[in-house]
Amino acid sequence: MPLFVAHVAMEPTNIFDPNYFHKVVDCQYACPAHTPVPEYIRLIAQERYTQAYMLNWDSNVFPGVLGRTCDRPCEPACRRVRTEETPVAICRLKRAAADNKGDLTPYLPHVPTEKNGKRIALIGAGPASLAVARDLLPFGYEVHLFEQDEKGGGFMRSQIPAFRLPEEVLDEEVERILDMGVHCHFGQAIDSLKALMAQDFDAYFVGTGAPRGRDLELTGRDQVDEYIHIGIDWLSSVAFGHVSEIKGKVIVMGGGNTAMDCCRTSLRLGAESVMVVVRSAFEVMKASEWEKEDAMREGIPIINNRPPKEFVHENGKLKGVLFECVTPVRGDDGRLRYEPSGEPEEFIECDHVLMAIGQDNHCPWIERDLGINFDKWDCPELDEITLQSTNPKVFFGGDSAFGPENIIWASAHAHRAAISIHLYCQGRDLKNDRPPEGVNLLSTKMGVHEWAYDAAHDPAKRHLVPLVEHESSLNNLEVEVELGFDAQLAAQEAQRCLNCDVQTVFSDNLCIECDACVDICPMDCISFVENQPEAELRQTLTAPALNAEQDLYVSNGLKTGRVMVKDEDVCLHCGLCAERCPTNAWDMQRSVVHVPQLGSFGE
Amino acid sequence: MTFVTKPRVHHPNLPINELGLTRRDYEGSISTLCAGCGHDSVSAAIVQACAELSLPPHRFAKVSGIGCSSKTPSYFLNRSHGFNSVHGRMPSVITGANLANRDLMCIGVSGDGDSASIGLGQFAHVVRRRTNMLYLVDNNGTYGLTKGQFSATNDKGSTSKKGAPNLYEPIDLVSMALQLGASFVARSFSGDKRQLVPLIKAALKHKGMAFIDVISPCVAFNNHAGSTKSFEFVREHMQSAVQADLIFGQPEITADYAQGTRESITMPDGSILQLYKVDADYDPYDRIGALTYVQKMHEEGQVATGLLYVDPDAVECHDILETTATPLNALSEDALCPGNEALTAINQGCR
Repeated sequence: MPLFVAHVAMEPTNIFDPNYFHKVVDCQYACPAHTPVPEYIRLIAQERYTQAYMLNWDSNVFPGVLGRTCDRPCEPACRRVRTEETPVAICRLKRAAADNKGDLTPYLPHVPTEKNGKRIALIGAGPASLAVARDLLPFGYEVHLFEQDEKGGGFMRSQIPAFRLPEEVLDEEVERILDMGVHCHFGQAIDSLKALMAQDFDAYFVGTGAPRGRDLELTGRDQVDEYIHIGIDWLSSVAFGHVSEIKGKVIVMGGGNTAMDCCRTSLRLGAESVMVVVRSAFEVMKASEWEKEDAMREGIPIINNRPPKEFVHENGKLKGVLFECVTPVRGDDGRLRYEPSGEPEEFIECDHVLMAIGQDNHCPWIERDLGINFDKWDCPELDEITLQSTNPKVFFGGDSAFGPENIIWASAHAHRAAISIHLYCQGRDLKNDRPPEGVNLLSTKMGVHEWAYDAAHDPAKRHLVPLVEHESSLNNLEVEVELGFDAQLAAQEAQRCLNCDVQTVFSDNLCIECDACVDICPMDCISFVENQPEAELRQTLTAPALNAEQDLYVSNGLKTGRVMVKDEDVCLHCGLCAERCPTNAWDMQRSVVHVPQLGSFGE
Repeated sequence: MTFVTKPRVHHPNLPINELGLTRRDYEGSISTLCAGCGHDSVSAAIVQACAELSLPPHRFAKVSGIGCSSKTPSYFLNRSHGFNSVHGRMPSVITGANLANRDLMCIGVSGDGDSASIGLGQFAHVVRRRTNMLYLVDNNGTYGLTKGQFSATNDKGSTSKKGAPNLYEPIDLVSMALQLGASFVARSFSGDKRQLVPLIKAALKHKGMAFIDVISPCVAFNNHAGSTKSFEFVREHMQSAVQADLIFGQPEITADYAQGTRESITMPDGSILQLYKVDADYDPYDRIGALTYVQKMHEEGQVATGLLYVDPDAVECHDILETTATPLNALSEDALCPGNEALTAINQGCR
């Protein structure tokens, strides 16, 4: 039988699929915890900081911390990048909500004094475990938290320097959870899961992060051990006051955020000079754009394309590091490869080297006969949705689950794990009984030309965050560099948000095909055309829809046989289509996406 | 009316024309007509046509009379000359502008009330004079500004919003324009930009009187069942005689149509007006044939649209009057006012 290539026109879009409009809210969709960004930005614009904070707290648990340190996957995703280049300063706005909030007491969940009889052990007091505790406590679970350090916070405390995250901000958010009634077992390292399991908890959650910093086995490494420090361990020693200075010339090796924290911390601890040396090219460094900028603003040079070759020493005293010189070449597959540049090897003098070249999972304290399987990278075998290990009582989350990520991923994992732990303890199915995703659509029409959101487009450029005076911050580890947006700046920046959660909802039965929406749309998003297969359809629109990552919104057939096609890519959500529609076929409706969380059970 | 202003930001891939302008640079201020008004689509079509032709906005004169249609010149070509004149008197004002500066591109926008009632005489005479302009009528068959009375172009038997039929025969501006000497006559529909935009482009490039009657439904008062000027009625009854497309360079043969034929006309600036005749027997150079066709279609309850008549070699007002090739406003005072002796010589010649 001959094979026919299917040539089918596009199906009408199902806007009640929770994922359809969720994807249009680029920031929320990109956020691992799916925090409803436009909604909290509107609350900030209304100076309702406490509500904005609580919306964040509900979703990502650490708004004050994240408002300073988040990896911000939301910002590169922001629609404004596609319409006007610079994204809304979402992270800064989150911090503004945290800085300006009022009393949270009336809004915090009620924790029942009568418990449900189930005891849960959380190992490691980092963001993942704390968030699991937060989710479980209102449901009557008895939560026990085990941590080797004296205080909770995990790597938020040990690895993020105070000039980026002041201790009191972290303390406040950690204590808010501990005060909900966590049984804390701090200052005692858990060196055997088997021993802990003998205490017969109903479930165990492992949130111990990726605690092992990588090392480099180069010539001379063993002779100069005294002068080589593993970045995350060194930062942790600084955080707990065991290290308070670093003398002489410092080289930081590595191009990630840990490297940026190491170099800036060295500068503040009295290093004579600091430089970052990176194996790869500048543009492929793992560090966030803004962290690289922060380091460079403080005068720290970043030297790229220098793989290290040898530690040079004299009788066990480190003299410097020898680097090869390479040139990045982009291959046909678009990936960078490095070829010798032909320059002579480069010797850089130094007294100390900080290694920030990556972290690995490391769980020597988990006995391998507990029924928990590990893969070759020492990561546990987990169900990706339930985060349950091969031992049904043991769950993982945060960096200890799938390797190093960040705080916002830890929160996202925690919500999933908390649902699983709850279902497991109640004897229900971990997959089939999970709360579903959902979406609600609410019209924002208040009257003629009146909408329940500020539809007008603000062409303002991204507002810069004010910084503390250079001198005072470089001499003191405790002085926070960023001052954050004040209420006025926050209000101005909030106006830049395009309200992507206020959706253009089209009712084909009302449309008279007058073209008013096509004519008024400032971004040429709307077309009335013959339906075709997607690839062809994308080319025939008013403005060809070339960004295949963004969906087309396709209506049912209209009276003329054509369909309405809206390219979601660069829609400003300005509501002009709905303003100009004579029949209300267009309406601006706020989409509220329900991301499953333990509270979604309504129990 | 729209109170949210249109953002200045535009699609990142919006084409930039030969003048370095985008389509958005040809827009006007925000329309205050009813939401869904066909006239706004006509304005959008003018914007698109001018942008695609890379015409300099400051070389346009846009003139109108009174009515919903006559408000629209505010909504396109922001950076051009404009005059919102007296009811039905657009033709006089635009004739003056064109005589004073023959290099201006003149667009007159009028409505069925402005042109077929109070300004019928002015309409007839500007067509007779063959002023070099685009005369565009937003024809909705109703007096929208005074809440929906039948206009003079409303078809006999077409009903009002309340259901009462119109008792009078319509004035057909297309037939009048054909009779009185327009050298480019077309009819189109605000809801069909694929047809309308190329017609406007061709009309702007045409030398002479170009008349386009655009059926532009009034969503507030004349878009109901029983109206012959509603979106639905026009869509179902429009018959395109000749589709026009203005192209530059070699005509591209895109498809071989079983019915109908293609023809090309070279325009004064070297661009090519390509005609695709839907009805192979239709002759767009035959004025009498066009008149008959329009009347016949009307008799059958159909609406004849597309390019109905064109005379590529027509003369215009300045040719008839044998005026100087230099715009009058560019002539020196000596040339414009040669003095007493010259006047005396002329007077002597008339004795």
